[in-house]
Amino acid sequence: MAVVFEKPKALANVPLHYCPGCTHGIAHRLVAQALDALDCADNTIGVAPVGCAVFAYDYFNCDMQEAAHGRAPAVATGIKRVCPESVVFTYQGDGDLAAIGLAEITSAAMRGENITVIFINNAIYGMTGGQMAPTTLVGQKATTAPYGRQLVGQGSPIRVSEMIATLDGATYVERVSLHDAANVNRAKRAVEKAFRRQIEKKGFSMVEILSTCPTNWGLSPVEALNYIIKEQMLPVYPLGVLKEE
Amino acid sequence: MAKVLMKGNEAIAEAAITAGCRHYFGYPITPQNEIPEYMARRMPQVNGTFVQAESEIAAINMVYGAAGAGARVMTSSSSPGISLKQEGLSYIAGAEIPCVVVNMVRGGPGLGSIQPAQSDYYQATRGGGHGDYRMIVLTPASVQEAVEMTVQAFDLADKYRMTVMLLGDGMIGQIMEPVDLDAVKTLMAPAVEKPWATTGMKNHPGRNVVNSLYIQPDVLEKVNERLEAKYREVEREVAAHEEMMMEDAQIVLAAFGTTARICKSAVRMARAKGIKAGLIRPKTVWPFPYAAFEKAAEQAQSILCVEMNMGQMIDDVRIAAAGRCPVSFYGRSGGMVPTPEEIVAAIEKAVK
Repeated sequence: MAVVFEKPKALANVPLHYCPGCTHGIAHRLVAQALDALDCADNTIGVAPVGCAVFAYDYFNCDMQEAAHGRAPAVATGIKRVCPESVVFTYQGDGDLAAIGLAEITSAAMRGENITVIFINNAIYGMTGGQMAPTTLVGQKATTAPYGRQLVGQGSPIRVSEMIATLDGATYVERVSLHDAANVNRAKRAVEKAFRRQIEKKGFSMVEILSTCPTNWGLSPVEALNYIIKEQMLPVYPLGVLKEE
Repeated sequence: MAKVLMKGNEAIAEAAITAGCRHYFGYPITPQNEIPEYMARRMPQVNGTFVQAESEIAAINMVYGAAGAGARVMTSSSSPGISLKQEGLSYIAGAEIPCVVVNMVRGGPGLGSIQPAQSDYYQATRGGGHGDYRMIVLTPASVQEAVEMTVQAFDLADKYRMTVMLLGDGMIGQIMEPVDLDAVKTLMAPAVEKPWATTGMKNHPGRNVVNSLYIQPDVLEKVNERLEAKYREVEREVAAHEEMMMEDAQIVLAAFGTTARICKSAVRMARAKGIKAGLIRPKTVWPFPYAAFEKAAEQAQSILCVEMNMGQMIDDVRIAAAGRCPVSFYGRSGGMVPTPEEIVAAIEKAVK
């Protein structure tokens, strides 16, 4: 019988700690599938963030470093300078990358570090319990925005991928989503492309993945996919290639 | 090679290269700018890497990544920049990554001044970052000693898998003195294997993870106990000091780095006046050479601690003296450097 699907070898055989319906698991699988497809897991060093994906160092079958909050691109820079022939990636959430780590992500892209950044945007701080992120939508409720994010005083969502795409050092930036099967397949191609481009020494690549947080959004997994991502996030965070050269 | 005249900062940078450091990450701040400038020039010549980071925070995290991948790595800064590095230093301690950090201390607090000071003693010896951790802190008093300690710093870092800080001051960084860089090569220890480094699984058995997160409290407690045992070992093996005219000393000066050099002049001047002065100069301030001061407290009438701050190392001297003799203090701060005459006056006051 033909095998149509199997767990990627680069994904460790351990239970993930993510909440039911959270799309981190899919995003992990896409990264692992890319490492398998490019047959590079044994020459890869990943950098885990602080946030929901903090235990990512246990989930990939490759060498890993755990970085301080927001510092993953700096840690990855250090690794890549020592191991220029290795594949180096960061896996970061929106609190990590778009708030406390804005300087590190921007400067790594500016330098054109030949690394791959997987940026999970679920518009909220998950691990700490649903606080407002810079990516939180206007009007969206969070534990630190109990009346919904206010335009005046709290501002409107930051679009990091658009910002990064303005930098000459960033050569591939794409935003994808995990809200349905077709988009998961697009995301899979984008993630693999980002890693392939690193191996081809094409420079800094980043894939932003729109993801769910059913627990902190207070929705069922299906509602989270349809209501927040499809109806609310897509108009603010349009999908597509922002930069490819 | 004959001795060459070099600025302290540049000599430290070249000594790091001699020690096999090929990766340097830094950020500009006075009075240590000659280190990143020298590294920017030299690293490409030795197939090394120089990265000017976007901040001291980024620089220390680049150190984390690079040293976690097994390389000999250095960063340098001065007081306000070292404050920014504390997050990284704590993570580096937790993940047991070896690295070398230079702090050319300037006056504080805040933006302070750019002149030499020793007011980061507490931060260096008590841990400016969070959690139970230690760094080995070496305190050079000359450019020659700074290059020797730089080489020693890399060896100690690799041996104990911890940060070694070279705690200088604006004077050590800026002064020009003759140095013999060839001589330091003979001080180098054999290279240490790093089977734990993240170099890719094809280069080692199994999967390597560099991490400081232990979510189970009982596991983290065990890690802290293991770290503590290592720190006790470092205390036994690494503490070092120099003594001057201690055989019959009745008034013992305690000073490190630049201040200790000035104290040497003061000790000679006091001896010329018939005062039996001596000096104990810690070459490591963590681990602190408590035993030397315990002995001095038994023998001397009093100890005078001289520092370029408002009194920080005096806490360690008092711990060692444990009430066995009076401990007094003379210090200048804000970037002011004490003169030998001022110190002699403080000695005369202490022996009255």
